[in-house]
Amino acid sequence: MSLIVEGLTIDHGAIRAINNVSFKVPQGQLAAVIGSNGAGKTTLLRTLSGLKEASSGSATWNASPILGKRAEDLARSGIMHVSDGKSVIAELSVKDNLALTGLWRKDKKDVKAATNEVVELFPILGQRMSQSAGSLSGGERQMLAIGRALIARPKLLLLDEPSLGLAPLIVEQIFQTIKSFVKSMNLTVVLVEQNAMGALKIADQGIVLNLGSVVLIDSAEKLLNDPAVRSAYLGF
Amino acid sequence: MTQFITAVLTSLSSGAIYALMAIAIVLVWRSTRVINFAQAGQAVLTTYIGYTVIQRTGSFWIALVVAVVSGAVIGAVIDRFFMRPIFKRVKSGPIVMIAPVVATLGLLGIIQAIIGFVWGITNQSIEAPVSTGGYKIMGTVIAFSSYNLLVLVFVAGAMLLLTLLFQRTNIGLALRASAYSPEIAKLSGIKVDSVRTLGWALAGAFGGLAGMLYIPGYFLYPNAMDLLLVLGFIAAVIGGLESLFGAFAGGMILGFAIIFSTTYISPKLFFPTAFIVLILVLLVKPAGLFAPKKNRGA
Repeated sequence: MSLIVEGLTIDHGAIRAINNVSFKVPQGQLAAVIGSNGAGKTTLLRTLSGLKEASSGSATWNASPILGKRAEDLARSGIMHVSDGKSVIAELSVKDNLALTGLWRKDKKDVKAATNEVVELFPILGQRMSQSAGSLSGGERQMLAIGRALIARPKLLLLDEPSLGLAPLIVEQIFQTIKSFVKSMNLTVVLVEQNAMGALKIADQGIVLNLGSVVLIDSAEKLLNDPAVRSAYLGF
Repeated sequence: MTQFITAVLTSLSSGAIYALMAIAIVLVWRSTRVINFAQAGQAVLTTYIGYTVIQRTGSFWIALVVAVVSGAVIGAVIDRFFMRPIFKRVKSGPIVMIAPVVATLGLLGIIQAIIGFVWGITNQSIEAPVSTGGYKIMGTVIAFSSYNLLVLVFVAGAMLLLTLLFQRTNIGLALRASAYSPEIAKLSGIKVDSVRTLGWALAGAFGGLAGMLYIPGYFLYPNAMDLLLVLGFIAAVIGGLESLFGAFAGGMILGFAIIFSTTYISPKLFFPTAFIVLILVLLVKPAGLFAPKKNRGA
């Protein structure tokens, strides 16, 4: 099982957002896609989760093609996308937000077990169950969005900027939590981040995007330790 | 005193009918972001179907059930085979906002034309299943009958069922999630297109109920529900367009305002009152009285 993206090209109208991108994420690995604003990171994830159409190229998960399928069908097949902007439904309670990914699952017992696991992972959600998601802090919303995805028992997790707009201490905490559940649940993850340092620290592989093209793919460790790469692409 | 009691009771039963139409409009708005002008056509079509059932069976009750069910089916069919293809093809530009609404206007015309072909354009009538004679209070007959009471009971029952559906069931949660954020709903694995069709079906059922309860006091003709559409729309906007409770409250507010102004000031105030209430609400609370709270702005 692995995610294989080959020659993927995506257009926003007349603008080419992603240009001939190829990479592979083996099962159980975490790939960090980094790059500045406008590099095409979010567009890449939206296409992999079925929200946006690709212009050409291919993407397969577990040897079956992803492109052209509907977002809800991909979600049900185990590909969960946590979109940016702390994707929770503000008008619904925390409990209802968490319930969304369990609605269509047949195994209700497992939905309950998965929900309990998520509450163990993010205890604060347990205390906020009946509150509206709109009343949560930024960090709590991010936990809720990730928790909702985990209840579906995903195999492939697409995370879009989980650190966006969070205080440094919370960012550290979120990254560490992601690292821990990715290992324990044997998830394959594509993590899109502007916080390159934080993302590479927990990643196996780093993919550097610039203006829609891949400029560098290497192990996260190498990218972190190469001074030239650091100054040219990572800015630290 | 009897005039006052009559006014209160009549306000309730008129408001209840406006509320039904407002709920039908809100259900479609919430699920597809479309103001469905065809609702008047759908409701009158299902009422004609009910009328035909009464002709054949003589039973208002069978007709009511058939009208509500056919209202749901017609709503679902319109969304699946008419609105969904339009949304698929019209994706960007200012036309996105306009095209579906214009499409529903066109559909209204088409439905009314079809009704004319099938049933003719002369006035028909549906007899109420219970007495329409006013009750007697302290020796005077008031303008509130068993039929008005029946309308109230049915609308209250329908509201209760709808509230339970939305708040207590998985389908209701899917409906709410798809309304608030179709994207997050899709990403959570909810089949948003089907949920939208269900929203249209529910709206169609409410339109059917509104038609069958409204027409016995009036005549049935292809444009019979046009006025009710306008009032339902005003009630929906007063209520904030997003909230089912708001639609119900908006209908009731409109009912009271119209009946009281026409009873105590002048019968000519029917239409002006509706618009004065609308304008007042929009000036004081532009988002409507019961628009949902979003978030703390984080």
